[in-house]
Amino acid sequence: MAIGDIITRVDAPTKTTGQAIYANDVNLRGQLYAAFVGATVPSGRIVSIDPAAALAIPGVVRVLTEADMPRPAPSFADLYVPPLATRHIPLQGLEIAHEGEPVAMVLAETLEAAEAGARAVDVVYDAAAFTDPALAEPVDPDPGRGDYSFLDIAEFEKGDAAAAIAAAPVRIARTYTQPSRHSNPMEPCAVIAEWSGGRVTIHDTIQHVAALQGVITGVFGLEMDQVHVRSIHCGGGFGPKGFIWPHQILVPMAARVVGRPVKLALTRAEMYALVGMQPHMVQEVELGADENGRLLGISHIASNETGVTEDYIEFSTVPSRTYYACDAIYNRQYIRRGNVTLPTYQRSPAEGPGSWALGSAMDELARELDMDPLDLRLANYADVEPSSGEPWSSKMLREAYEMGAERFGWRNRPAGGTRDGHWRLGYGMADSSQGTQRYGSSARVRLRADGTAVVESSFSDIGTGSATVMRQIAADILGLDESAVSSREGDSVLPEAGPTWASATVISTGTAVHRAATEVRGRLARLAGWPADAVGVENGALTHEGEARPIRDILAEAGVSEVSGDGTFTPNGGEFSDAGPEGFPSRVFGVIFVEVAVDPELGLLRLRRATGVYSAGRIINPRTARSQMTGGIIWGWGMAAMEQSRLDPVLGRWLSKDLAGVAIPTNADIPELDVAFVDEFDERSGPLGAKGIGELGATGVAAAVANAVYDAIGLRVRELPITPEKILAG
Amino acid sequence: MRDFSYARAGSRAEALDLGQADDAAFLAGGTELINWMRIGINAPARVIDLARVEGLDAVEEIEGGVRIGALARLNDVAQNPLIAEGYPVLSHAILRAASAQIRNLATIGGNPVQRVRCPYFRANEGAPCNKREPGSGCAALNGIHDRHAIFGWTEDCVAVHPADPPVALAALDAVIVTDHPEGGRLIPVREFHVLPSQNPAWHDVLRAGELIVGIELPAPAPRSAYLKIRERESYEYATVSAAAALEMDGGVIRRARVALGSVAMRPWRLVAAEARLAGLAPDAPEVADAIDASFAEARPLSGTEWKVRLARNAARRVIELAAEA
Repeated sequence: MAIGDIITRVDAPTKTTGQAIYANDVNLRGQLYAAFVGATVPSGRIVSIDPAAALAIPGVVRVLTEADMPRPAPSFADLYVPPLATRHIPLQGLEIAHEGEPVAMVLAETLEAAEAGARAVDVVYDAAAFTDPALAEPVDPDPGRGDYSFLDIAEFEKGDAAAAIAAAPVRIARTYTQPSRHSNPMEPCAVIAEWSGGRVTIHDTIQHVAALQGVITGVFGLEMDQVHVRSIHCGGGFGPKGFIWPHQILVPMAARVVGRPVKLALTRAEMYALVGMQPHMVQEVELGADENGRLLGISHIASNETGVTEDYIEFSTVPSRTYYACDAIYNRQYIRRGNVTLPTYQRSPAEGPGSWALGSAMDELARELDMDPLDLRLANYADVEPSSGEPWSSKMLREAYEMGAERFGWRNRPAGGTRDGHWRLGYGMADSSQGTQRYGSSARVRLRADGTAVVESSFSDIGTGSATVMRQIAADILGLDESAVSSREGDSVLPEAGPTWASATVISTGTAVHRAATEVRGRLARLAGWPADAVGVENGALTHEGEARPIRDILAEAGVSEVSGDGTFTPNGGEFSDAGPEGFPSRVFGVIFVEVAVDPELGLLRLRRATGVYSAGRIINPRTARSQMTGGIIWGWGMAAMEQSRLDPVLGRWLSKDLAGVAIPTNADIPELDVAFVDEFDERSGPLGAKGIGELGATGVAAAVANAVYDAIGLRVRELPITPEKILAG
Repeated sequence: MRDFSYARAGSRAEALDLGQADDAAFLAGGTELINWMRIGINAPARVIDLARVEGLDAVEEIEGGVRIGALARLNDVAQNPLIAEGYPVLSHAILRAASAQIRNLATIGGNPVQRVRCPYFRANEGAPCNKREPGSGCAALNGIHDRHAIFGWTEDCVAVHPADPPVALAALDAVIVTDHPEGGRLIPVREFHVLPSQNPAWHDVLRAGELIVGIELPAPAPRSAYLKIRERESYEYATVSAAAALEMDGGVIRRARVALGSVAMRPWRLVAAEARLAGLAPDAPEVADAIDASFAEARPLSGTEWKVRLARNAARRVIELAAEA
């Protein structure tokens, strides 16, 4: 099994046969089931809580309110927000920040009793006027309200963009909006916690095991070795399982109060209240260009909704300073505070919203110039990173454009508006691109005397194929078959891995695994008496200058039961994370072409076909990589055509808190998707030559679709999603 | 969820008998009742399972039409040759409803009994809703209502009935057959659902303990079609749907029956339009004017003006589709 081979996901049989044990499948002796009582008002104070009716229900053991809950240890104040999603923990006071916030927690011997108890708790509120963040005034983010401000920059200035745009012969200025979107992974959040002798064990479903371990030590004033976290399977992440949300703190708190294990699975409705969403956004984009389409100035000003407790920032202006060559760029980020759950990074953060606005604006500029939108991109090709002027770590976007245009037939596409019965066909394209994030990670590889190996690292496989790819990397270095390599992951007792988000897993943990396996191979060479840098592996044997010795023989002769190697990936300067190799800005690139059909009389929009071609470094496993890209394109189609969470203007609650009232794409909506990668090896990214791809596929899609709708019927939609009423209005 | 007793009826007579208990609910396919109980829409003391009741799932010819047993599964109805060939509008409507898995469970008799999909009605924690809690008001009226009614609403309720098969059945002038210890009834599908002006809290005219046993279709309507408009291709309720059954004289409509779905609390027959469609070619420009005659009574909410335009277009399109059937 080698890097670049097509390998089926190793967790597929377990999951498709129902044998995978998810957090909510874990049962502990003596466990109690928890159910939250959610606030029915979006703002105000709790006046009183009467648990009597709940306690009268057989099986209900306790009704916990803020009066019952312990307060966090002093070390809580030292935690960063994120990875702690919010410092506002329910059941710690009487103020209500948003509708659905837990005000009480019912513990019962059965789930049914807990749910019945939660309905029976009588809560009296002193409701206050609430603020709909969509209507709130945009203001500068306050660096004192959480630490989200430090994750990127709220203002960027290169040259004088306003003057350059004003002086440009061709200008456009447009505003693009998008709704709040909840990601709803198939498996809702679930957690079960048990205390034993001052130590706590937590089974959870999360994208970063070490983050939960760290937050729990901070909340309870514990040492790392007193907190054991397991997240063996994770049924989809998409963001809301990334940072640590209050329910993950309240469950171990409750378990400590009652001295029994406590188990909680969020209901689908609670997924709208207890974990974050992609925020509602308003983005103003101004472009100025010369007659040949060269960009003279870009201004991109964005505001996103946030909660009343912290200032979450969706850094959607990133594309405007990284996608195109331009000497005058201005970016500014604002936030709008209101009574909603704090938003969070959700597939695809920053560039997902940003590429929607910029990708639409570029199309509008191309129309203004009467230029092909692909030629407009080529006229503004960024050979160096635009904001810094530094050379890219690697970039083969020209090749991706060419391959994509060829596969899609872009250059000889039918005219926009071509009829097929009642349908009008339209063609659109946009750039896909995402920045690189890398996180400190470590891994261990153990090669046993029987010729099998195990990879050990605490990374979380959220269904993307991380475990498959990590085994593949180790097998490649050690020359082993697929069946000879296993892995242990998702457990805090293992070497600490970085998070599974921001497309970071392969380049971070994968590099650590690569180094660990290389270390093992070196030790094996020394046991064999060969120089470590001159050996090869083949079919379970170590080779050197034409000589081959089976691995198991080497170990047997040396009298050792296993050879183990540790590997780490350390970001620049020993920091927690970085954005790629020092001095060589790193991104992944690509292009998405779509054909849509629009029935303007019936308001229908359907995807006919799509081609995505990507410059994303070396591809470790073409099958899991393709799945990432098709998943991203489908995610983008949902963003473009249907997904939205709407806040009721009177009640301050999400209109629909389920999957019946919030449409997401079904299989029937998705045609065959054409995905390809440019053959690329990023030498600067590390020994794997790989970059991150998980977030890439969803970027650019919404813009390409909106551009195709314009091509089909001449209607420019600047407010997502593109639903029937908007098409009918055209 | 409230504890409830469960009884499995062995026969139609036993089902009727058990159904007379206070606070009883019939369980057919179970695709709706269980939702209600989970969300807290209702909490019956007694659930009577009809799964073992025999003789209520046949699709058979009767004089002048077809009779469908109430317990026939939706997919079985849609694929039955009598329906697929004789009543394509019903077959299409069923196959566009829900998902394949749900259609394998849900029954044709249970389908019309499903309740509105208004998000306020379906709210877990209970928003103001006169169908959920009579007298509590209508949150949709002052809230978000762009998927709501354009016909027949009142300030007490602006919801629409979401089911697809009843729209086809209304266009076909089908009749719901019920049984009850005090006597069964023949209820035209067009009169089965209750408009808010009649009673905003009610969904349909069924009495406590009244059991739907079948649906009777009049003469076949091979030139019929169903059009369902929605944001995605599958597994979603209609934004607007339209059903048409035509009888043709050569290239000219002799008789047209057209019903719209998801525009009112019941399938909405375009009676005025139907009268004007007779004598027109299905693709004649005058078809649009004929349809407009039925929209004189349209009264959109602030959020549903766009649905008027969509419903008009859907009606025109479904007439074309039916003519091509």
